[in-house]
Amino acid sequence: MPETMDLSLTVNSRERALRIEARETLGDVLRDRLGLTGTKISCDAQVCGACTVLVDDLAVSACTFLAADAESRSVRTVEGLAPNGVLSPVQQAFIDHAGFQCGFCTPGMLMATTALLEENPAPSRDEVIHALEGNLCRCTGYAQIIDAVLAAARGAISPDAVPDAVPDAGLDTAPTAEATR
Amino acid sequence: MRRVSTRGAAPAPIGLPVPRRDGVAKVTGRGRFTVDIGMPGLAHAKLLRSPYPHAVIRSIDTAAARRHPGVVAVVTADDLPDVRLVYGHAVADHPMIATGKVRFAGEPVVGVVAEDAVTAEEALRLVSVEYEPLPFVTAPDAALADGAPIIHEQPGEQRAHRGFAEDIARTHPNVCSESRQSWGEIELAFGDAHLVVEGEYRYPRSYAYAMEPYTALARWDEGELTVWTSGQHPYMVREDLAQCFDLPLAAVRVIVPYVGGGYGSKSYTKIEPLTAALALRAGRPVRLGLTIEESILTTRGDAAIVRLRSAFDRDGLILGRQATILLDTGGYAENSPLVGRKAANRLGGPYRIPALDVLCSTVYTNTAPASSFRGFGAPQVTLAGESQMDEAAELLGIDPLEIRRRNLLRPGERPWPNVRGIDADLVADLDLAAEELGWTTPLPTGHGRAICLSASDAGSEPMTTSLVRVHPDGSLTVSCGSTEMGQGSSTVLAQMAAGEMGIELERVHLLQSDTAAVSYDRSTGASRTTTLMGLAIAAAARDARAQLVQWAQESLAPDGPTVIEERSGVRIGDASHDWGDVVRSWFGGHAGECVGRGYIRRSGTTEEMPPFWEIGCVGVEVSVDESTGVIRVEKLVTIGDVGCAINPQLVEGQDIGAAMMGLGMATREELVYEDGNLMNGNLFDYRVPRTTDLPEIRSVIVERGDGVGLYGAKGGGEGSLNPVAAAIANAVWRAAGIRLREAPFSPERVWNALRERDAAARS
Repeated sequence: MPETMDLSLTVNSRERALRIEARETLGDVLRDRLGLTGTKISCDAQVCGACTVLVDDLAVSACTFLAADAESRSVRTVEGLAPNGVLSPVQQAFIDHAGFQCGFCTPGMLMATTALLEENPAPSRDEVIHALEGNLCRCTGYAQIIDAVLAAARGAISPDAVPDAVPDAGLDTAPTAEATR
Repeated sequence: MRRVSTRGAAPAPIGLPVPRRDGVAKVTGRGRFTVDIGMPGLAHAKLLRSPYPHAVIRSIDTAAARRHPGVVAVVTADDLPDVRLVYGHAVADHPMIATGKVRFAGEPVVGVVAEDAVTAEEALRLVSVEYEPLPFVTAPDAALADGAPIIHEQPGEQRAHRGFAEDIARTHPNVCSESRQSWGEIELAFGDAHLVVEGEYRYPRSYAYAMEPYTALARWDEGELTVWTSGQHPYMVREDLAQCFDLPLAAVRVIVPYVGGGYGSKSYTKIEPLTAALALRAGRPVRLGLTIEESILTTRGDAAIVRLRSAFDRDGLILGRQATILLDTGGYAENSPLVGRKAANRLGGPYRIPALDVLCSTVYTNTAPASSFRGFGAPQVTLAGESQMDEAAELLGIDPLEIRRRNLLRPGERPWPNVRGIDADLVADLDLAAEELGWTTPLPTGHGRAICLSASDAGSEPMTTSLVRVHPDGSLTVSCGSTEMGQGSSTVLAQMAAGEMGIELERVHLLQSDTAAVSYDRSTGASRTTTLMGLAIAAAARDARAQLVQWAQESLAPDGPTVIEERSGVRIGDASHDWGDVVRSWFGGHAGECVGRGYIRRSGTTEEMPPFWEIGCVGVEVSVDESTGVIRVEKLVTIGDVGCAINPQLVEGQDIGAAMMGLGMATREELVYEDGNLMNGNLFDYRVPRTTDLPEIRSVIVERGDGVGLYGAKGGGEGSLNPVAAAIANAVWRAAGIRLREAPFSPERVWNALRERDAAARS
């Protein structure tokens, strides 16, 4: 029989106690035992950053971080970013700037960004690029992600950042007004 | 982002950068992907894969694995006598599990289903397979040599009903398909030539790296099969499942949750038949979730060897192009025959070519199967074609932009007989790219610039339906078979429905990608969804509106006056009624529903093929590090010529993402085989672009209303990948005086080319 052990930890401010197999990773525990499937596993080898979560405020790869090493520690996942249903500035900035497409890298990208901004609330563009080098995204080509992170850092975000009422914002020439049929 | 528009007006929210409708789901972690799905009684499968690139399976001993505690079923091909094992989109040559022989290292041989994935993996180690290794071949040119090992003794069944019969002309047992594209008098063209440029260009085996690995779940209920899959084309998967298990189409339900990246790699059928077969033997729902390492072995992009000759007159006008293309399709055809046909079609690119002759062969090798991948033959052939445009410009003393202007097809001009004329202004696109790149500004030493273009026959087949259901409160359910894989279909399709019905976006709800719940769409690929599903939704909206106007007349003004149709409802005299009012009134109560139907097929504006031309126009500025051979793309310009940007923010994201993917292919990405084994089949060794590779970016969106879609829309999202490798190669020539003909332009290749250049200069 596999070796089992008791694990106590805090996940998104909630204390959890469970019995796990010693081989389980933090990713296994979060996804399979706690049902927190927001954390995604892609490369499963600590290369891609999709599984990034925060353990005592430090960004780690849940795919290779042994759950046992989270004993008595505080874990934060994407599900904890909007505790009262209000999106965090980082989440809102990713929506405003289309900082994702398929969304599979997004939870890890958001957690890495959260860790960055907690440590360095006003990063330069180069600092953002450096901090996110370990988070791969295959859809966006990164430009809109970096814009989102910088906007979140500036606090330059709002739920209405994209006005519905202004037709064709940004057009060189603007022949398009709201048309009647 | 810069927008350049001359298109006509479109009703809001069409054309607005509204936030993605999947945004909250995806930033909160609540969005469900196939990997997140569970269900009661779910068992988990793992696969034993062949260690040999080519071998006969002598025997398989599964007894110990079957006895292992927690194992539910152990399945080999012999355990599936009631299943049609072989499937394939173009050529039915692909057994869902190895039958008697393996054709690449990594081919699935045994499936184990257990209570959990770890137990299944343990049991795999208890299976013993006796192989008789065969000689193998991993390169397409070697596969066509005399005495090469024969990979398929029996040809696969040609899927003539899908239009591939004519592509199968076997000149060698290892040739999977041959596609020829030709027009004009090719001998004459080369006979009259002032200049002929010749060369061989190579494009690598590539991996799309959709971050969500291939995952499927299957459940059988009283002879009905339900499959959840991370796949782009639910209806195509349904057809293959129905054939494999001899079921009516209606008894197969394929559901696609959010897809964690596709890029073509999740088009057509992958692991779904095997998952369903495992569930059949297990007698329980089964989940088969591959790792990324296994996903690389499931589908890759086609490597290409392109031998191209281009004939020019003294003014730089193209007289002809003649090419042979070998595509390495790996152990099975998958969709490479279509990639091959497209490669042949796309070799002419965006140019007026009086005579062309291209023969493209897809060739079996003992490597992982190749199939659709973003660009679909275009990146492979564009490297060749656009390299020769610059080579010719230099030899003729013509500016590289000028030689392109002279040859680019003009709006409406047909690239070859009997196809749609070009629905774009390519010269204007080129000039925009030059302006954004700063073509005439001085460059630092060691830097170079280039602009390259492509034109792809895109959109696939117009076979698309949609239902627009108007509810009694005026809200809409729009049902469509198009998948949300990150490209933003759930947002732009809702925008189009809201615009066409004249209601707020918040009142539109989209139902996607469930073959039991939504009506048919052929596929989500070839950049077709915005154009073709957009037209289907518009047609369904028109159908609903026509019914509602009639219903208003019947129920609200049976004796007159005449009902006037307005943007968001009807007017009768001075009274306005929204669509919900009309539904309730016609049914005579508080409930009811109006169903609008939209069908798009080869008829009317979508009769001519292709449905649209997908344009690529990319400019780069690169620097070359002479001491390390590292190429850095300093600046990248993308021109998104999309006719009408339904959502410009999403168009920008698709363009930049495509170009960055092209940058990865051009500079780093290559699946390397040695001794029949994939040497870098993991994310450590297969390096994709990172944040630090991001150049300065200028994204331009061009809207001239010249597409066949709604308000002149046409597809995008692949075009900006296609010319990137060529643009980098041409820019490196100007930066460092080396002509790169084999992608990726890795530091090692570049360094060697720099040393050869220096040696040649000394001698």
